[in-house]
Amino acid sequence: MTSHLVVLGDRVIDSLAYVGGIFTLLGRIYAALPSLFKRFKLTIEQMSVIGVNSLPLVAFTSVFTGMVASVQAMYQIAGKTPVIYLGYGVCKAVIIELGPVLTALVVAGRVGASIAAELGTMRVTEQIDAMESLALDPIEFLVLPRFVAAAIMLPVLVVFADFVAIVGGGVVAVLTLRVEPQVYLDGLRLYFTMRDVFGGLLKSAVFGMIIATMGCYHGFTTGGGAEGVGRATTKAVVASSLLILVCDYLVATTIFRT
Amino acid sequence: MIQIQDLYKSFRHQRVLEGVTLEIKTGETMVIIGRSGCGKSVLLKHIIGLLRPDGGKVLVEGKDVGGLSPSGLKDLRKHFGMLFQGAALFDSLTVGENVALALREHRQMGNGKVEEIVARKLKMVGLQGVESLKPAELSGGMKKRVGLARAIAMDPQYVLYDEPTTGLDPIMADKINELIRQLQKGLSITSVAVTHDMQSAYKIADRIAMLYEGRIIFLGTPQEIQASSSPIVQQFIRGESSGPIEAG
Repeated sequence: MTSHLVVLGDRVIDSLAYVGGIFTLLGRIYAALPSLFKRFKLTIEQMSVIGVNSLPLVAFTSVFTGMVASVQAMYQIAGKTPVIYLGYGVCKAVIIELGPVLTALVVAGRVGASIAAELGTMRVTEQIDAMESLALDPIEFLVLPRFVAAAIMLPVLVVFADFVAIVGGGVVAVLTLRVEPQVYLDGLRLYFTMRDVFGGLLKSAVFGMIIATMGCYHGFTTGGGAEGVGRATTKAVVASSLLILVCDYLVATTIFRT
Repeated sequence: MIQIQDLYKSFRHQRVLEGVTLEIKTGETMVIIGRSGCGKSVLLKHIIGLLRPDGGKVLVEGKDVGGLSPSGLKDLRKHFGMLFQGAALFDSLTVGENVALALREHRQMGNGKVEEIVARKLKMVGLQGVESLKPAELSGGMKKRVGLARAIAMDPQYVLYDEPTTGLDPIMADKINELIRQLQKGLSITSVAVTHDMQSAYKIADRIAMLYEGRIIFLGTPQEIQASSSPIVQQFIRGESSGPIEAG
């Protein structure tokens, strides 16, 4: 009985420490913000690593997402609704939901994992301790640039993803579903509002922050050699993917309410 | 002067330090010996504020390290250099950038001056013309020496050494020992080294402290430790598998 209580107590303490640790990290990132422009070169480097290097993966994901969206939308509306709603359906689905969420999930897999692995390796080889011993703040050097770069580059990637998905959907619609190009384009314009675009971009910025925060937190708290680095990487990807989905729901209920 | 007062530290349910008290005088080299995993590195990390104690204090020149604000800790660390067990060089930077990093961040000086200091520090540790190499291209001994050059780049008053000779061949180990000795004599640095290499301990130490089961069980000069009547101390310094310390 006592041992069960000890295990339960440990779990509770661990969970609280986990949440507390993440908020402490966010607090330290906020406190380090004034130093951002002092070392903006580091942020630019991370923008390239997180954003530019993710382009091929995001393009691949988006083109297939758009194509599937087009086929599925046609399957739903064929014979029941005017075909102009095909472009409308694809556009809304991609801009509001598929573009931001799928981009964030694949970037979480690629970037979140690499952040956790890189910082985790630095932790277990004592490079982060070494940085602190030289009176340098690892938050300023390692965390802040990744956080800001991810928050800026995720919306940029989503704009690109939205465009590729809509084009991919259009190509499938015209070539295989026998939809007139003009009808697809008219569908895209139907009930189009900038609010949808900005809503999608705003949440993708939040997703970027989630990916960087979880990658950095799990990297920083890595222990136990190569095995620990592997565990941290997995945890970072799983935690950021789950948080992205939860956060998506929260944004949906606040921004996209009728 | 560094004063460690009744220091306690546990990780989860494992107690590591259980009331360590030790005083390191200005200008001396203190070597802390003990078995692997007995908490030597943990003790060292408390001195520079990388870990916070569960109980007790570390005082550096009278200031409580655990009670310092982040900026206070930053200022304190500018007076410290630390050589890590695996050297802990930043692998994304070159050797030169590793040594120069703290200088560029904390000192207002031109590139030429920084490069001159970097070359001088590298020369002190017996390395020349390696500035543009990446840490991955260096041997274990060279990495340690670059780590040492980085630790002394800012002319610290205190240098902490975490297992300075572990993983090195005996000749390289002796070279590192000599370097530590030279630094102490030439720059009158206060040093704290943790090691389980007794040869190294005898060579560099002014005084040796032995950490066992979370406490300091012996404190004295290299001659005194060899004459110690404690069976635990004798077993450790002779490296015998049978005795009061259980192997494993």
